[in-house]
Amino acid sequence: MLDSLILRASARYVLWACVALSVFVLLRGHNEPGGGFIGGLIGALGFVFHALARGPAATRRVLRLDPLAWGGIGLLLAAGSGLPALLLHAEPLLTHQWMEGLPIGTAIPFDIGVYLVVLGFALAFVLPFLGEDAA
Amino acid sequence: MFLYAAAYLEGHPLLHRLLAVLTLFMAAMLGAVLADDLLLLFAFWELTSLASFLLIGFDAHRAEARRAAQQGLMVTVAGGLAMLAGILVLGDAAGTFRISAILAQGSTLAAHPAAPWIVVLIAIGCFAKSAQWPLHFWLPNAMAAPTPVSAYLHSATMVKLGVYLLARLNPAFQEMALWQGLLTGFGTATMLAGAVLALRERDLKRKLAWSTVVALGTLVALIGIEDPLAATAAVVFLLVHALYKASLFLIAGIVDKKAGTRDAMQLRGLARRMPITAAAALLAGLSMAGAPGFIGAFAKDLLFTVQLGVPGLLPAVALVVNAAMVVVAGVVAARPFMGKPMETRDVAKDPPPALLVAPIVLATLGLVFGMAPHLISAAIIEPAAGAILGRPTGIALGEKQGGTVVMTMSFAALGLGLLMFLGWRRLQPTLAGQTWLDTYGPDAGYGRAMRAVSAVAVALTRRVQGGSLRGYLAASLALVFAGAALVLMARGGLALPLPGPWAGPAQLALAAVILAGALAACRLRALFGQVMAAALVGFGVGILFLTLGAADLAFTQFTVEILAIVLLVAILARLPFHAPDARRAPERRRDALLAAGVGAAGTAILLAVLSVPFDPFITEWMGQAAVPEARGRNVVNVIIVDFRALDTLGEIAVLLRRAGKPG
Repeated sequence: MLDSLILRASARYVLWACVALSVFVLLRGHNEPGGGFIGGLIGALGFVFHALARGPAATRRVLRLDPLAWGGIGLLLAAGSGLPALLLHAEPLLTHQWMEGLPIGTAIPFDIGVYLVVLGFALAFVLPFLGEDAA
Repeated sequence: MFLYAAAYLEGHPLLHRLLAVLTLFMAAMLGAVLADDLLLLFAFWELTSLASFLLIGFDAHRAEARRAAQQGLMVTVAGGLAMLAGILVLGDAAGTFRISAILAQGSTLAAHPAAPWIVVLIAIGCFAKSAQWPLHFWLPNAMAAPTPVSAYLHSATMVKLGVYLLARLNPAFQEMALWQGLLTGFGTATMLAGAVLALRERDLKRKLAWSTVVALGTLVALIGIEDPLAATAAVVFLLVHALYKASLFLIAGIVDKKAGTRDAMQLRGLARRMPITAAAALLAGLSMAGAPGFIGAFAKDLLFTVQLGVPGLLPAVALVVNAAMVVVAGVVAARPFMGKPMETRDVAKDPPPALLVAPIVLATLGLVFGMAPHLISAAIIEPAAGAILGRPTGIALGEKQGGTVVMTMSFAALGLGLLMFLGWRRLQPTLAGQTWLDTYGPDAGYGRAMRAVSAVAVALTRRVQGGSLRGYLAASLALVFAGAALVLMARGGLALPLPGPWAGPAQLALAAVILAGALAACRLRALFGQVMAAALVGFGVGILFLTLGAADLAFTQFTVEILAIVLLVAILARLPFHAPDARRAPERRRDALLAAGVGAAGTAILLAVLSVPFDPFITEWMGQAAVPEARGRNVVNVIIVDFRALDTLGEIAVLLRRAGKPG
């Protein structure tokens, strides 16, 4: 961990700023540049910054769950988002359904799933390199 | 044989294993000779090799047995591979793998352009299996096996398999000069080599093994001679050999067990104490020597008759070799039982009936068939000889075949052999003193070859698995890109796309920045500097994407680049040393060259891809369908989460799986 007062003090704000930005990027992704993949990477950057400043143990406490668990939730979410089409309309898995006239549909939970998997993968991969894991 | 084995190894803890493998061998052997399909025959053929391996290595605690087992397997299986190749070519040429159908085509196959290949490849396989010179060396070493195995596999059955296949295929190829030359040539060489080495040997079992080599050489040479008499001679000799050789092996085993040694120099005067064994040995030995009245005499006369008909060295070789066989017969069957009784550790006496039945029956049959050849003539000899020839032979066994010349030769061989037998005590040390036979023989060559294989493997492993990650990376990159570039060039794939719109000033400036970053990465010595220079390249490419309208790509490029830099810096900061790049100048140059090569190959591939006319159908459809079908204006994201969502699901599943098990 890089021991710097400025870094330590700003870490929390940078983290939430990154997460907010990543969620924004995630949600706008369907119409503007962005999406779950990039969003997940941006969110991961925030957490990596936090880990550099305060150590990976602190970051894991903020995450509450293991990065892999977040990834697993994401995978389930993405797979689950395709089920309505299969069960309700007898269409192939992952044919996304949209509410008439509204920009809300099953593609959004799918993208959130992608986001979580990318975030979980990136953190599970990077965090072990950022210092002794005392968590 | 089973009875003998059970008695011979009585109380051995692994006896049941021996009997099981013997049974397996018997099944495989029957399968091999009954199979009409060449591939099936090959499978059984290899199975006999495997059983032989297990049986030679039965005393696995002895290094000598292990080596012999491996050697036998290597030689026969390597030959088997050549034979498999030959069988495949043969099957292709004949249009069938059925032996009966191949033989029905007659000699037309010999005119096929691939026929020389077929003949040579199949002959290699048969020569390896049937211990033909120069692949004969594994057979005497195989005597490390328990005696019943030597008697069963390595004198009478398995080693005859090569002879069998040559005989089966003979009608198809017998008119080819190559086939005849190969078989008579190597057969004669084998006879001669085996005879010399047999005279040189003192160990009873190894001596018999060398004489088996002689017999196999004789058989192969006989098959190579295109003459009805040769076919009959081959079959008679095959039968004779199986009878006397197996019984002599069994007797050698009894002598070994009772007298405690197999050294022919030491064994003396056992007749008084083992009269039954001595009688059986005498019968078998006389048959082997070709004494009148025994079936061995028929075989010998037939051999001489056939061999006299062939011009060249064969008759002379035959005379010497047959004399040598008389010596072997004498040394193995007579000498241990004659003269003053030797000192033995235990009281040597005749073994129980279980051990005696087999050698007595086999040796007696030699005399019975000799006295009454009509017992086997029509039932066994003629059908087999006719199969070798591809037509009836028209020869009846027991008729006087040869004239006075043959008689003279037969007796000359017997006399010469007797003389040599009497002088063998002095002859053997002289021959054994010829150490060059060992130093330059094929057995030593086999050892050298095996050591060379190990040395190459070790050197290759050291070279390829040096443990240097940089080396692995360089090798992988070089292989992938050099391979791709080679294919591209060899197949004429190099192409330039049509000139597109010229790059704007911003893109030219970015290209300069990227190039500077790449050069700096090669020039800088500090590790952090190298990382930063590489980052310059990455960000430059990201901005380039942005100027070309690929916002999503640029976005991703940026975030991945940042993550990579953070990761690299974090790792570098934790390393215990802060030394600069440890590579020396030549290594750095080599790496830079490799990088340039990979870049050039990548560029060439990309240019070739771009030069293919672009089919805009899918792009246009996706662009048009994105909003009405998937309610999204970002086509890239629509593709990822909707049009190809199933792909994405698979990808993120793989991603997570990898993260769960790093490395």
